[in-house]
Amino acid sequence: MYSNKPSMHPDRQDILNKLMALDFVAVDLQLYLDTHPYDRNALMNYNSVVCQAQMLRQAYENMYGPLFSFRSASRYPWQWINEPWPWQYQFNFRIPGEEL
Amino acid sequence: MWIYEKKLEYPVKIKKPNPKMAKYIITQYGGPDGELAASLRYLSQRFSMVTPQAKAVLNDIGTEELAHLEIVGTMVRQLIENASIDEIKAADLGSYYADHDKAIYPLSASGVPFTAAYIQSKGDPITDLHENMAAEEKARSTYEWLINLADDPDVIDPLRFLREREIVHFQRFGEALRIVQEYLDSQKCFPVVKTPDMMHMPHMPIKAGANNKK
Repeated sequence: MYSNKPSMHPDRQDILNKLMALDFVAVDLQLYLDTHPYDRNALMNYNSVVCQAQMLRQAYENMYGPLFSFRSASRYPWQWINEPWPWQYQFNFRIPGEEL
Repeated sequence: MWIYEKKLEYPVKIKKPNPKMAKYIITQYGGPDGELAASLRYLSQRFSMVTPQAKAVLNDIGTEELAHLEIVGTMVRQLIENASIDEIKAADLGSYYADHDKAIYPLSASGVPFTAAYIQSKGDPITDLHENMAAEEKARSTYEWLINLADDPDVIDPLRFLREREIVHFQRFGEALRIVQEYLDSQKCFPVVKTPDMMHMPHMPIKAGANNKK
């Protein structure tokens, strides 16, 4: 059962939540910029979000291990295989303030 | 190439098993209007697309659809992982269980395995972009019917996220279509269509019975 497996530490969930939010803005702005390449304001927002996400990504990787396949360095032993994986219940969280 | 990032685009945390809902939601994994069909459609069409903007839209939306495929697979797995055999039988999921246990296999809600016949890659950029706009609307409708079938907020929340993305993708494909139409109009020529030779040689008389010659 799920309850037998440890959930991720709340600090890890918090930083992951913030990173996912920033990356989502970047994904959405990227699609917008694909069809509006001359929108200077959107481009500034995109660059700012990517920069913030990069800092947060670095902080997450320093504490919790690699996020990217073959792009992130690893401590010994090889950290990439560490559980949980994103599709597992333990990896996930409910977005605060999103109660339906 | 692609790089995997070890996180979901949107979190999925479903506490309560619901194999009936899994049977419906799996249609967005391997069904006719699902995420696998969407990503394969766009990532295949991009090779013959014109204009930098439309190529980027196909590449980037095709990539995002792979992230959606992962979200849908995660939802289905969490909905069936802790379901009992009795619950699976009661949900009419026994035949799926016989073939796949609680694994994730691409098929539609009615049990039809995934087929490339769901998608088209026509080589005509206008045709392909129209297909994609229709595909986004079909996926949006499917997510709405799935939301109607669901009652668990843990299930409805990611479904709502996925539905909203279909609307954004439809918008971007519409913009790409306008850009491609303007580009083709500016070329002041139409794509060459191969026609029977005789149409280019009106002076050549058509011989009666020519087709009968061995």
